[in-house]
Amino acid sequence: MNSISTMITTTTSTTKAATMSESKISARNVQVFYGEKHALRDVNIEIRPRSVTAFIGPSGCGKSTFLRCLNRMNDTIASCRVEGSIGIDGENIYDPKVDPVQLRAKVGMVFQKPNPFPKSIYENVAYGPRIHGLARKKSDLDDIVASALQKAGLWNEVKDRLQESGTGLSGGQQQRLCIARAVAVSPEIILMDEPCSALDPIATAKVEELIHELRSNYTIVIVTHSMQQAARVSQRTAMFHLGLLVEENDTDKMFTNPDDQRTQDYIMGRFG
Amino acid sequence: MSVGILIPVLLVLAALGFVLGKRQALALSDSQKTKLHSLPGYYGQTVALFTAVPALFLLGAWLILQPMAIESRIGGMIPDSVIPEGGARSLVMSDVRRIAGGLDAVLALGGMGEDELVRIGENLSTVRSRLAEVGVALVGDVPPVVFEAARAYRQDVKTGNMAMSVVVLVLAVALGLWAYRRIQPDMRARNVTESFVKSLLIAASMVAVLTTLGIVGSLVFETISFFKIYPASEFFFSTVWNPQFRGGSELGILPLLWGTLYVSLIALLVAVPIGLMIAIYLAEYASKTVRSLAKPAIEMLAGIPTIVYGLFALITVGPFLRDWLAQPLGLGTSSSSVLTAGLVMGIMIIPFVSSLSDDIINAVPQALRDGSYGLGATQSETIKQVVLPAALPGIVGAVLLAASRAIGETMIVVLGAGAAAKLDLNPFEAMTTVTVKIVSQLTGDTEFASPETLVAFALGLTLFVFTLGLNVLALYIVRKYREQYE
Repeated sequence: MNSISTMITTTTSTTKAATMSESKISARNVQVFYGEKHALRDVNIEIRPRSVTAFIGPSGCGKSTFLRCLNRMNDTIASCRVEGSIGIDGENIYDPKVDPVQLRAKVGMVFQKPNPFPKSIYENVAYGPRIHGLARKKSDLDDIVASALQKAGLWNEVKDRLQESGTGLSGGQQQRLCIARAVAVSPEIILMDEPCSALDPIATAKVEELIHELRSNYTIVIVTHSMQQAARVSQRTAMFHLGLLVEENDTDKMFTNPDDQRTQDYIMGRFG
Repeated sequence: MSVGILIPVLLVLAALGFVLGKRQALALSDSQKTKLHSLPGYYGQTVALFTAVPALFLLGAWLILQPMAIESRIGGMIPDSVIPEGGARSLVMSDVRRIAGGLDAVLALGGMGEDELVRIGENLSTVRSRLAEVGVALVGDVPPVVFEAARAYRQDVKTGNMAMSVVVLVLAVALGLWAYRRIQPDMRARNVTESFVKSLLIAASMVAVLTTLGIVGSLVFETISFFKIYPASEFFFSTVWNPQFRGGSELGILPLLWGTLYVSLIALLVAVPIGLMIAIYLAEYASKTVRSLAKPAIEMLAGIPTIVYGLFALITVGPFLRDWLAQPLGLGTSSSSVLTAGLVMGIMIIPFVSSLSDDIINAVPQALRDGSYGLGATQSETIKQVVLPAALPGIVGAVLLAASRAIGETMIVVLGAGAAAKLDLNPFEAMTTVTVKIVSQLTGDTEFASPETLVAFALGLTLFVFTLGLNVLALYIVRKYREQYE
């Protein structure tokens, strides 16, 4: 609880979330079906603002599915059905009134495999601000691109070659470009789906460092297969198993003294 | 032995070779107590391949060469006196072939022997009626020389076929035996089979390459003889196309090229937007059921024979455009027009654009779409700004392939756009294209050495270079596109 209170005191811009409730995202009785398959059962979780929450669990446990519910990316899968409610800042994002397109501007996403568009580095970052009309003038757009690249720690590496193709960067740079692309839309939440699984240890370290810095401005939810990564970057950890949210706890407690036997077994490497 | 029997015999021999080869390999390995280099089946395969494949090749070559050899020998037997005025030796030769075939039927019908032919030959007046009985109708009485030629032809074909069967079978058995004797446990049978199969595949691809070379070669050869009797500068730069069969023609390609490009342009203006929109709908919006129904239905357009499209242009689209557009606007009174042909051709090539583009759009990784949706882009924004730019090189390739299809199209133009060679901008005017003129220059009773006929080859070669260039460009662009995601 101590960490939360310090976080709230450091809050400067988005006071709205803090005043409405302690949690940025609150999921109630979330069920997900892929056709006949019941992929997630009755998930309830509160995710705190301006912190990193890690989802861990064995493959196929539903952690990525749940992550994709948070910005309604599952809408693009025809057979997928979501029940229950997920509130962001107190508003149910599965309410029919909510436009998933606007929701995704607020809840950015970084994917497992770096997926820069086959455009220039500049255009990759400018894409989001353009479609949302965030810049009126070319110079505004330039500023947004520069600041997003700076926040993603990529500026110094690419500032001289903004017009080169984004696909020509190294894997780690591509992933940071994707983070810059997400940041450029000024989201409040950033979802990361195993962002380092395709990267080497050095690139991974850079991305983790970046997550650390982004934490002060964004609510970050990260899915990871690496227990060490979860321990390094997150404050809270949620353990999924067979479509159930098994345990959700402070990361420190989770990795030292978990409440659930299954978490214990998974962390000790007994399954998964 | 006829080919129909020879081929099954060869296959049986090959199968036998396989069984024996396999058995031999196993037996040798047992008796010498050594391990086989390859699986036993490979030893059998080497025998089977060596038995069947060279023999089949020889058979094929023989079937092509034998008629040519016989033809030239029998052709030499026919004196110029029997060739009718204005006719050609080849016409007499075709008579010879028909009579020879007829005689076979006569003999088979009457159950007669070869010596009967001598008797028939002595009484030539009956030959015509007897041949008519078996369904071979001849124009006049058979001259004795022609009858003799026909007999000799039969004889040659018979001996030729006999020799073929013998040589082919001997080759099969000899190579089969050789391969069988070669079997040793340490023989690398697998590698032998591999390289044998590889050379087979190379041979298959050579067929396509050699055919292309042959086509180009024949075009180039005739084109050169055309340019010997007609100045190339006139051909390429004259704006008048006016062939006269008495000589003194003006054979400028420009009006034809203009017609070709104009019709193709209209066709592309129809096909590209519609095809592209179909592709986007099918790839991005359509449900699986709709897609599985709509795609084959659209591809059916490409399967309709072009003559049917031509009829559609002639009796439906042409008059419709004339009555509802050209005449009210005062732009023309012709029912054949560039617009008619272009519209109908455009419909024909829609599936080329839509099907290829659909495949290409589908090949754009889902990750890119997810990335775009994840940033809060709508579906149409994603398609416009991410999917289409990523697929653009491939789409350009598809369009160029469709364009080369349009440029080569003939039937729709003949029936839809008419045959008048004109340089005109009015789309309601009748015009014509290179392909149509190739057909019209080569049909009819013309001698083959005049510029009016030979120009067809120059036209053909120009067209070939044109579409080849487009294809190369298309392939280049498509290949460049592929590199992006691999």
